[in-house]
Amino acid sequence: MAVEPVRDKWKNPITEVTIGALKEEGGTRASVVRIGGETTMPFLHDDGGMPHEPVVAMEVWDIEPTEMADELRKYYSDVYTDPAAWAKKCVEQYGAAMICLRLMGTHPDWGDRDAAHARGAVRKVLDAVGVPLIILGCGQAEKDNAVLPQVSQEAKGERCLIGDITEGNSKTIVASAIADGHNVICEAPLDINIAKQVCILATDMGIGLDRLVAFHTNGGLGYGLEYAYSIMERSRLAGLGGDKMLATPIIAVMSTETWRCKEAKAPESEFPHWGDTSRRGIAWEALGATTYLLGGTDVLVMWHPEAVKTAKAFIEKMMKK
Amino acid sequence: MALTGLEIFKHLPKTNCGECGFPTCLAFAMQLAAKKAALDKCPYVSDEAKSALDAAAAPPIRLITVGVKKPFQTGNETVMFRHEETFHRPTGIAVTVSDAAPEDEIAARAGRIAGLSFERVGMQIGVNLTAVRNDSGDPAKFAAAVKKVMEVSQLPIVLTAGDPAAMERALEVCKEDKPLIHGATAATLDAMCALAKASSCPLTVSGGSLDDLAALARDAAAKGVQDVVLDPGPRGMNELLRDVTQSRRLALKKNYRPLGYPFIITAAESDPVMEMVEVGVFIAKYGGIVVTNAIEKWQMLPLLTLRQNVFTDPRKPIMVEPKLNKVGEPGRDAPVLVTTNFSLTYFVVEGEVEASKVPSYLISVDTEGLSVLTAWAAEKFTPESIKKALESSGVSDLVDHKKFVIPGYVAVMSGELEEETGREVLVGPREASGISTYLKTVWKA
Repeated sequence: MAVEPVRDKWKNPITEVTIGALKEEGGTRASVVRIGGETTMPFLHDDGGMPHEPVVAMEVWDIEPTEMADELRKYYSDVYTDPAAWAKKCVEQYGAAMICLRLMGTHPDWGDRDAAHARGAVRKVLDAVGVPLIILGCGQAEKDNAVLPQVSQEAKGERCLIGDITEGNSKTIVASAIADGHNVICEAPLDINIAKQVCILATDMGIGLDRLVAFHTNGGLGYGLEYAYSIMERSRLAGLGGDKMLATPIIAVMSTETWRCKEAKAPESEFPHWGDTSRRGIAWEALGATTYLLGGTDVLVMWHPEAVKTAKAFIEKMMKK
Repeated sequence: MALTGLEIFKHLPKTNCGECGFPTCLAFAMQLAAKKAALDKCPYVSDEAKSALDAAAAPPIRLITVGVKKPFQTGNETVMFRHEETFHRPTGIAVTVSDAAPEDEIAARAGRIAGLSFERVGMQIGVNLTAVRNDSGDPAKFAAAVKKVMEVSQLPIVLTAGDPAAMERALEVCKEDKPLIHGATAATLDAMCALAKASSCPLTVSGGSLDDLAALARDAAAKGVQDVVLDPGPRGMNELLRDVTQSRRLALKKNYRPLGYPFIITAAESDPVMEMVEVGVFIAKYGGIVVTNAIEKWQMLPLLTLRQNVFTDPRKPIMVEPKLNKVGEPGRDAPVLVTTNFSLTYFVVEGEVEASKVPSYLISVDTEGLSVLTAWAAEKFTPESIKKALESSGVSDLVDHKKFVIPGYVAVMSGELEEETGREVLVGPREASGISTYLKTVWKA
């Protein structure tokens, strides 16, 4: 007697979001990235479809990342004083599908640079690479409100993914994104209700659901991964089940989050029982990334080229039916 | 799947004799359903009814125990997603030892495996099992390797051999320790079941599809082997994910008995990072035991950390011990910071303090595992509880100043806190990410 399988059938697909605009669409990108559209929990191809595979973006800063872990420096120290060269290396050598430019230099603690500086950095990266851009502010609301509208204007028509907006700070950034044709990242602090609320606030201002991506402020492996993982699963289940405000694609940040974890970077000389540092950091980032993919992540932002390689190979294996 | 009172009632004699201590059979059935009475209180229940009720009361995924000295258990899972309740039994990690290796290498490797254990967030996390593989094809060598492994390691053993003769020899050496027999295929089911029965050890059955696995598990049960673990064989991890998911659904949603057993997965990826990632998939998704060659510390620390994360009970926040903690080697002018004992809060704060490279004292206040704002709202993080924590920490003997830093989110309590403690309260940043800058630029003893 054959086993009769139990299928999970879902009524509401995850929204499809397009990042990047080609020339004929008013941008200058050589490629665009489409995410979302799932009608199943991750990689369960018998239940439903995953029309777009998850993608890996790589993180670039507008300033020299003076506290970068040694294991990353090995790969980036030749380029990290120049965002254009850094972005180019990520795309050409490490196969980044997108560049995630973090405007860290605008942070009051990191030099407090102005919007003109940020515009310059965005322009450089746009000119240097043909892949779509994710642009992150420094995370300080006042500064982001001063900088991101300018940046949005600089990249007008390029359909970037800009963020983050939060429950308390959405208006300025959403308004610019609407005016300049960008997508927006909705951030919520490991809280599914706030995640929904941020999405509602954004759509109330008139931005389409097909322009929103959720960020659940995930930590790295070992640092609250289980919270973010379960929030991703819960929101994805709710989204597939019909809650449109939770049916957005999900972005997870592995780069900075992994590389602030002690286990990813502490030298073997100090922690001999943790094993080879150069492999451990890669493992830390790769394992966190693949676990979040199982939770429903559509876009990974990553840093270590070897971890990127693993994540991409993993996606390829899991997308096979 | 638990039965309702009415379903149980159908199997009772319906005589209302009252000998069970309840006035009617229906009342007794209700008590049975609530697990407040045992079926053996009824002297008249038929054997058929008894076995039907026993079977229905059994958990949808059978609990399997491997080993005696450090027993490992898997099974009894109740949900598809951890947020629905919790995942109950952490995936067992089994690391391989080949019997084809020289004897001293076997011992060294088994010792290394037993030593793969780390302390993390106040818990000890480690590898659970040693999987001894009969790569040599020689039954005597297999038995000798098992013996060697047992001399150096107390971990329960997975005996991986396809040849029943080799399995028999190995069981002679270790059956008292209840190893997992890994295992039977369609071709060897009779012989392996006989061994499992004679030794009372759990048995894996291996098949290439869920249909095969269900048929083999049913046959094993018919031969008297109830403690079964399902082995889907080496396949792509996408296919394995599909099958373990389907199997758990069938067990939980349909109470489908032939697949109501834990899974054993053998990681087959050859790249050392990808192999680790493959193990990770079946930690997150429904693996009972995962067998891997990954013996390096840099592979195992992340995997065991992931397992700790995934199997944390989402209904109970994990807490750290409320106490005085040193970050670095703080001197007499070192900053003193207070935070809650919710482990995520605590470890994030500790990480940021550490990243600042400013040696500090960090006091975890007993907030019953609540985060800063929640604890404040619930009146667990109050001037009184902070005062108590400061006093019992003995920090005033360790520093020369009378200052301490509170999280920015509870700035509102600073006045009352100064009165309460007689110390100078400094308001730190709201987010942990600001701590490093704060300690470097704002803090002064």
